[in-house]
Amino acid sequence: MSTHPPQQEHEESPAEGVDGESSPPAQQQPDDTSVDQPSREAGRQAEDDAGSSYDGPTRHIKVFRYDPEIEGKQEPRFDDFHVPFTKGMTVLDALIYARDEYDPSLTFRHSCRQAVCGSDAFFVNGSQKLGCKTQLSELDEPVRIEPLPHQEVVKDLVVDMDHFYEEMEAVDPYFDPDETPDGELEEQRQSRENREKVKMSTRCIWCGACFSSCNIAAGDNQYLGPAALNKAYRFAMDEREGNSRKTERLETIEQEHGVWRCQTQFSCTNVCPKDIPLTEHIQELKREAVKKNLKFW
Amino acid sequence: MYEHDVIVVGAGGAGLRAAIAADEAGADVAIVSKLHPVRSHTGAAEGGINAALRDADSWKDHAYDTMKGSDYLGDAPAIETLCKNSPYEVIQLEHWGMAFSREEDGRVSQRPFGGLSFPRTTYAGAETGHQLLHTLYEQLVKRGIQVYDEWHVMNLAVSDEERPEDRHCHGVVAYDVQTGELSGFKARDGVILATGGPGQAFDHTTNAVSCTGDGQAMAYRAGVPLEDMEFIQFHPTTLPSTGVLISEGVRGEGGILYNNDGERFMFERGYANNDGELASRDVVSRAELTEVNEGRGIEDEYVHLDMRHLGEERIIDRLENILHLAEDFEGADGIEEPMPVKPGQHYAMGGIETDENGETCVSGLYAAGECACASVHGANRLGGNALPELIVLGKRAGYHAAGKEMEPAQVQTGKRGEYETATVDSPVELGEGGSPGDAVADGGAVAAGGSADPDTLLEATVESERQRVDELQSGEGGIHHSEVRSKVQKTMTEHVNVFREEEGLKQALRDIREARDEYQNVRVMDPSRTFNTDLLQTMETQNLLDLAEAITVGALARKEFRGAHWRAEAQERKDDEWLKHTLLSWNDGSPELWYRPVILEGENKTYEPKVRSY
Repeated sequence: MSTHPPQQEHEESPAEGVDGESSPPAQQQPDDTSVDQPSREAGRQAEDDAGSSYDGPTRHIKVFRYDPEIEGKQEPRFDDFHVPFTKGMTVLDALIYARDEYDPSLTFRHSCRQAVCGSDAFFVNGSQKLGCKTQLSELDEPVRIEPLPHQEVVKDLVVDMDHFYEEMEAVDPYFDPDETPDGELEEQRQSRENREKVKMSTRCIWCGACFSSCNIAAGDNQYLGPAALNKAYRFAMDEREGNSRKTERLETIEQEHGVWRCQTQFSCTNVCPKDIPLTEHIQELKREAVKKNLKFW
Repeated sequence: MYEHDVIVVGAGGAGLRAAIAADEAGADVAIVSKLHPVRSHTGAAEGGINAALRDADSWKDHAYDTMKGSDYLGDAPAIETLCKNSPYEVIQLEHWGMAFSREEDGRVSQRPFGGLSFPRTTYAGAETGHQLLHTLYEQLVKRGIQVYDEWHVMNLAVSDEERPEDRHCHGVVAYDVQTGELSGFKARDGVILATGGPGQAFDHTTNAVSCTGDGQAMAYRAGVPLEDMEFIQFHPTTLPSTGVLISEGVRGEGGILYNNDGERFMFERGYANNDGELASRDVVSRAELTEVNEGRGIEDEYVHLDMRHLGEERIIDRLENILHLAEDFEGADGIEEPMPVKPGQHYAMGGIETDENGETCVSGLYAAGECACASVHGANRLGGNALPELIVLGKRAGYHAAGKEMEPAQVQTGKRGEYETATVDSPVELGEGGSPGDAVADGGAVAAGGSADPDTLLEATVESERQRVDELQSGEGGIHHSEVRSKVQKTMTEHVNVFREEEGLKQALRDIREARDEYQNVRVMDPSRTFNTDLLQTMETQNLLDLAEAITVGALARKEFRGAHWRAEAQERKDDEWLKHTLLSWNDGSPELWYRPVILEGENKTYEPKVRSY
């Protein structure tokens, strides 16, 4: 997919680019007047190119900015961009436009643009969403776009995902059967019902939206979190998985920072862009853990 | 400097499979990738993996279908290697727990796909690539294989002997996106490029924004030929507004294409009287565009793909992901209405010239996956043949790089054996020719440092890349890379599309020349060293310039119609003249065109070119 908006937008640029004058939102205490030089330059450039000919519809986005090494961006702030609007435009499209036309230093992760790479989870108008599958038309203006909360901000909308990845890897996230069929071409059969049982859990794209939305994860840095627990569920419920690995994994998830921390607030389930019933999966794992303990005692 | 036995560049299906194989063979292997592995574009593959698993099927039939699909431009030893090994590799994935769709008896499901004589496409819903990518990453974690994620590889450390066949690759230079640190990565035994395709050279593509052909451009500049680059697959069913892919699985399950007059044109207009919608992709794409060009398109732009008659239950069971994509990216409800579709750039059949063990003509340098050309797809790739290439050839490259003993390859690389040289009738100077610029800003040629020892060579390459970054970030004014990129994407989509003609191709070369010259004045506007995507994309744009030119040069020179390559001036396949692979060598900045005959002799038979009808 293109990094560029539809052609008509190239021919007609917006009347306004970066708007450094509007008042900052209270929560982040940004200083809108200290827009850094490259950003201002680019914004002005865009306005020059545009002239005042564009009178089509625009959308106003307010984007969180921070860069630890650039003067003027070391204190977090919000920048305002007014981007030309076309039907079907997503939050990601708006960010790409703002970056390519106004401010090349605007930084965010994105790749596939079709909700499968999981790179572009942001905090949009107060909720975790994938930028590429969130329509601008469904959002109130100005659209506030911030990095995922509860993760360290690296720059602008980019957060440090290492902690998330560590939690994902803590649940032995791999298939480990006790035995595989003898024949090299022999399948390890799985019933359709069992495949259906694990299907939703296999759809996770590791975007981190659930983890960021979870109050428990925010308060307990060691909590495995909904995505990792869902990964554990994917193998715990697979009829082909080996018993010894299943047992080990159950021990991991029922420890102090595991399933019992979940208070079934459903925030993870509500924000999951792949509609995975995360809370239900965690509840089922709790039941598995109880069953296992009953068996041993 | 970091050091490993084997360095794999890229962490999609081919890279992960290669790393697992190298690990199994006992090598200390690490992956260096500009994306975290699960972000790789393999995850967007939808349809499936072809494998002759059943008694009624055989790898020989798969090979025959693939050779026919390739329009007789695939090399038989490579195709046979792919088809023979695919069943084993699919079952290996199954043993690793991949969530394949299942039959009532618990075995892996298979469905019909375009150009196949047997329903041999295994799949996991319409999200096969996602399941494959995550399954492989799980195995990577299990083995504790090291990943340097969000490290962008900028260049290869290759010695500079005169003939590429005498050169050796000792490692790579990479840039840590998060911190801006530049470092050498020494590879004691081999470097495997698994960096995907150059789809971003076009502006209506199913490919991710990160598909910028980095490995192809780096290998090309290090002297490895690019092979058959003119063969670009345009997938017949992409969403018009975004290029998002609608899987061939929809047609495999029975989806029907209609024009604005409600005609099932694949049959009614005689494009493919036997196979209809399930003709090969190139055939269906041309049919759709012909309908649109002759005024029977919808809104003069697209056609309809209808799957309503399959019923909600079957759609949800086998194609659920398609419902989400059509709804989220085109606002169409596939259960209630037909979906708008048009052809979009999807896949590059060509790439880095390798043999069927993944080895290039530069020793120690390998390539696998879409970035490579073994060649298994020839002039047109069959649906469901990309994923088996990742796992079969990825594994072989991993084994070979790790020193495991393998059968010697039959496909030759580099200027060895039979080949012929040629000239291009280009309206402008190609490559670096005519550019006022210096080699550094232009991406660097073969690393300075000659045939010095590996450490010295790597250090010299790191230094020249450091200079390049400094130059891109220094100075005032200048233009932004996105202007250059957008110029290339537009001209490629306009002139190097499904239908190609001489004047259009020449215009594309002029535009690319102009874009190359403009690139000399490109400046990275973001001064930061922290997560500088402006710098990253500026370097990617350089790669796209080289690849767009290579694609267009190959297309201009090949005056015939074969597979995905159609020429207005020569609308027929010319086997007497063109049963040969296009090769393009960088030759110190002055691209050189040459050709090598196709290998049609397989293990026990010769594949005689036949008229390709569906």
